[in-house]
Amino acid sequence: MADLTADAPIADIRTHYLEMTRRRRTYSAIMLAVFVALMVAGFRTADDRNAGGFFDGMHRLFDFPAEVLGEAGQKLAEMPAHFVTFLPSLIETINIAGASTLLGAMAAIVLSLLSTRGLARWPRLIPLFRRLMDITRAIPEIVIALILIFILGGGPVPAMIAISLHTVGALGKLFSEVNENASLKPVEGLQSVGASWSQRMILGVLPQVMPNFLSYALLRFEVNIRASAILGFVGAGGIGYELKNAMSWGKGQYDEAAAIFILLFATIVIVDQLSSEVRHRLTHGAKLKEATQ
Amino acid sequence: MLNIENLTKIFGANTAVDNVSIKVDKPMMIGVIGASGAGKSTMLRMLNRLEDASSGRIVFDGQDVTGLQGADKRRWQADCAMIFQQFNLVPRMDVVSNVLHGTLNKRSTAATLFNLYPTSDIHRALDILERLGIAGHAAKRAEALSGGQQQRVAIARAVMQNPKIVLADEPIASLDPMNAQIVMDDLRRLHDEDGRLVIANLHTLDTARRYCDRVIGMRHGRVVFDGTPDQLTTGAARDIYGADASFSEAATSTSIEALNTQRPAAVPA
Repeated sequence: MADLTADAPIADIRTHYLEMTRRRRTYSAIMLAVFVALMVAGFRTADDRNAGGFFDGMHRLFDFPAEVLGEAGQKLAEMPAHFVTFLPSLIETINIAGASTLLGAMAAIVLSLLSTRGLARWPRLIPLFRRLMDITRAIPEIVIALILIFILGGGPVPAMIAISLHTVGALGKLFSEVNENASLKPVEGLQSVGASWSQRMILGVLPQVMPNFLSYALLRFEVNIRASAILGFVGAGGIGYELKNAMSWGKGQYDEAAAIFILLFATIVIVDQLSSEVRHRLTHGAKLKEATQ
Repeated sequence: MLNIENLTKIFGANTAVDNVSIKVDKPMMIGVIGASGAGKSTMLRMLNRLEDASSGRIVFDGQDVTGLQGADKRRWQADCAMIFQQFNLVPRMDVVSNVLHGTLNKRSTAATLFNLYPTSDIHRALDILERLGIAGHAAKRAEALSGGQQQRVAIARAVMQNPKIVLADEPIASLDPMNAQIVMDDLRRLHDEDGRLVIANLHTLDTARRYCDRVIGMRHGRVVFDGTPDQLTTGAARDIYGADASFSEAATSTSIEALNTQRPAAVPA
């Protein structure tokens, strides 16, 4: 046996293991101390640089929401009318999010396959595709949107391109992690019959990873709804533009702001419910199947 | 001591365990045999409360464990150790830590988070590992061990629980004959030396005959045989597995001794 430790006398094993346990405990204690020190130091630095001060401003944290809710409460009767008014711009926002998620996800599938070890078409180019995704992920979508609005003028198209680019990077990374866990056996089987790279990917990999892809894409869709609402603030249209107007005009418009928040919240809830239903069907098979058994 | 009364488990349209009643008076080693899907695993999982019973009762030492919830349920699970076919260890943790998991029912979440186990428990874990002959692997990660060694770590975890019952769900189905024998010998020792009740699902008849004091045969969720190993004739086995006259035990036996009995039969063919 090459393994010498396996034959060592029990007393040695015992002291060796207890020593190891002590060492590990020391390390954990040091780590914990460092963690606490970093937290405290970081918090104090941030608090010092702050114009007001965390503890002085703490009690005012709920002033703004209270004001918004107070005004919304007074004008409760106008709420349904606000919902109808803002529905078109909400649909515009969801449209931007949907189109950019779709475009981004399709590009992300290709890029993720090209940058997964064991699956890549050109293994030497994996770093290139990885960096490409890193770049699209690193640049904030608001920066891309501002540049594009400057070039193309305001409207939904710059927002869509900006969000798509960010989605490519974010989803590509997640997709390629899913790809890494895919079994290579079907791919090898298809290779043995002479299938091309794209055929191997379409038939060997995608059926395995699709449920996971979809679940990540739906999560991204939710994130993108919020992102496209924010881009409305800088002139990309949609519900964000309305929200900016309602909030920057201050008192007297807060009921509109509250209505927009409620609409956004309801949208996220609906998307979340729909996506969990779809994901459940994809991963556990349709309910029809069970019924016929 | 263990009394199973009319235990039933229904999954949708399937009845996995159908009105099973078993009475055990004293600690012994019981082998449960039957074809795949006969309900053996589901029954053991209900005993450990990994699965809830659809109807019926499990009574142990006068306590009805079928309806236990929360902390009471976890306390029962600590008293009722389970050994799995695929070992179900935490692969990235070392062997001793995996054995120490047997005491989790008595540990708080904070102590678990920082991996703080009493030194006396660590000594006991090492004692158990030494008894099972794998103390040399104490500091290795569980995933670095072979299947047979991992299963012995799982047995060590079960012993660490100091359980009243040890359940083993196909403990040797993933092992080679040599390791299967070591693991079965270890399980037998849990009964012989510690006087525990051991219930093992087995898929080879010779293992059941050789190691068990009592054999229970299941088919389609029902108990169709309950007796001593001597009563388990080839005819009885055919009934349990629903097989015809072509059924021969030696053909698929995994026991090393079976090689000797098989060879003369193979020559004329």
